[in-house]
Amino acid sequence: MFYLSPRKEIPLIFKVSVPSACIILTILIGIFIFSVLGYDPGKALYHFFISPLSRIDRIADLFVKACPLMIVGTGLVFCFRANIWNIGAEGQLIMGAVFAGGLALSFPENQSIWLLPAMAVFSFIGGGLWAFLPAILKIRLRTNEILVSLMLTYVASLFLDWLVRGPWRSPTSFGFPLTNYYPDVGLISKINFPGIGTIGQLHWGVFIAILLCLVCWFILQKTVLGFQVKLVGDSQKAFRYSGFNESKTTIMIFIISGGLAGLAGMIEVSANIGQLQPNISFGYGFTAIIVAFLARLNPAAVILAGLLIALIEMGGDSAQIALAIPKVVTGVFKGILLFLLLAGETLTRYQIIFKHNQKNIPND
Amino acid sequence: MIDALILTILMTSVPLVLAATGELVVERSGVLNLGLEGMMLMGAVSAFAVTFATESLFIGLLAGVISGTLTAAIFGFFVLGLATNQVATGLALTIFGTGLSGLIGSDFVGKAITGLPTLFPTHFGNIPLIGPFLSLDIIAYLSVIIVFFVWVFLFKTKYGLILRASGISHDSAHSLGYSVLTIRWCAVLFGGMMAGLSGAYLPLMLTPHWSEGMTSGRGWIALALVVFASWMPSRVIYGAILFGTITIMQLAGQARGWTIPPQFLSSLPYLATIFVLVLISSKGSAKFLAPSDLTHPFISSK
Repeated sequence: MFYLSPRKEIPLIFKVSVPSACIILTILIGIFIFSVLGYDPGKALYHFFISPLSRIDRIADLFVKACPLMIVGTGLVFCFRANIWNIGAEGQLIMGAVFAGGLALSFPENQSIWLLPAMAVFSFIGGGLWAFLPAILKIRLRTNEILVSLMLTYVASLFLDWLVRGPWRSPTSFGFPLTNYYPDVGLISKINFPGIGTIGQLHWGVFIAILLCLVCWFILQKTVLGFQVKLVGDSQKAFRYSGFNESKTTIMIFIISGGLAGLAGMIEVSANIGQLQPNISFGYGFTAIIVAFLARLNPAAVILAGLLIALIEMGGDSAQIALAIPKVVTGVFKGILLFLLLAGETLTRYQIIFKHNQKNIPND
Repeated sequence: MIDALILTILMTSVPLVLAATGELVVERSGVLNLGLEGMMLMGAVSAFAVTFATESLFIGLLAGVISGTLTAAIFGFFVLGLATNQVATGLALTIFGTGLSGLIGSDFVGKAITGLPTLFPTHFGNIPLIGPFLSLDIIAYLSVIIVFFVWVFLFKTKYGLILRASGISHDSAHSLGYSVLTIRWCAVLFGGMMAGLSGAYLPLMLTPHWSEGMTSGRGWIALALVVFASWMPSRVIYGAILFGTITIMQLAGQARGWTIPPQFLSSLPYLATIFVLVLISSKGSAKFLAPSDLTHPFISSK
């Protein structure tokens, strides 16, 4: 048997090497799984990790895929840093898309360049509002935010489903659950590189996502707000002693993470879909949790982590096409990676001490 | 007609009761396992595959239970052995279990088995009023018995008291000399067993085939059910029948062109759960509150 003993100091090497070790270990486990299932592990790994990087337009699509993961992930970093468990980002993402969509669909003939910024604000409000509910219940009634934010996710997804099948369904969709297309000014255009043109599906939302991660890094590292977030997570006692208002900080963190998730939803729809439909998110809100942990709760590292998880997702697609490996195998990889990352977090903070008999337990 | 409806409601409730009862014990011990959906899917796919291969429903059920327990053991290893964050580990388990079950099950899509028979002779089902209650399979009756024994265990035995104590204050339980980790391990494995059984019920009884993600959110409903039942075993049964009724009403309503949107009915379990959460946290009566050390990892060297 073994027990855990807190480390006094965290060796720097752990902070850097743990995420890399987890990735390598996940790949090794992947090789094992592929061999057991009778696939050629070399080919499988090629299609999983190399093929999505083999062409410039595929790399561009990797960024597109990573875009919502980065935005949601960087918002979740604030929550998890503050030891707040908002796991309803999926629902907040959907509500953001619904709010922005409502605005875009209300002005079908709009030509104003201000529509897109207004949609962004609306999506932030929508996602923020959906995160505000668990926040206010948590601070007023001490209701468990994990359960409330999770339950609200399903409510949001059913709400969207009702909208696109009911009141918002397009009269020209032949009965399909789709809304009208957004007006052109409500769409996010692809990045047009001078002399090259567009690359893959690369759109301006990706630029915004990377920018947001960097801004969030700055806020977390260099501002009082960031200090508050880290302090409330590290020590609630110290936080209260320092005179900050815990309720206000909690609400703010919820709204930031929910708002960012909402924004991700709006960008996803405006850049890739152009109209609302029952499924606008493929579990981005949950996958972003893995992204946040892989980045070791550092918003700047969320950029890389988002890309890596997007690589696994795209690899799943290409392996399915090339080798007929079921797409669900990405879930296995994502699950294992998150397990290992969490275990790595423990090994960083604690020493594992094997005990041979009861006498070795220190009595402090 | 109404008999058939009642029977469907009861059968829809069974997997909810099973999974929620397991999770209830887990949460009472102070651990939140959000991996219910993953464990249920692993139970479902194993039960289907083994039943298909051996043509024995009993071995299939057993395989489902074992596979649910093993999946829970992964969760236990990380959450109890390495004191990882329970929320994130639970989500990882759901992601992992959904993926692995889909991978294992990809060869079994479109294949069929014969499901569990009813316990009593089928003409018992024609008896007025109680007919539907006599048309169930053995697992359905077993689930009620399990709930009863869980209630007896939790509230009438010493070990139940210890388990609840480790959920309310693991430090106190530890200082009294009880091994919090051992208690929580037992609870987590029991939760996995029940989730595996619940998952096995789906392909063996409800729909005799396997499809990817066939639990379709039942794990999350069961999770909501534990809260809705305010951590009391008997209320799990009422709650499950209520949630089951809502689910069936929605299907029946759709067939008859009701004006209530089916999405609204589907969201009722979640809304009701939030409502109950708000109610119990504002009332503040300790009897109905969540175990206070829920989600707090226990580090034994402390």
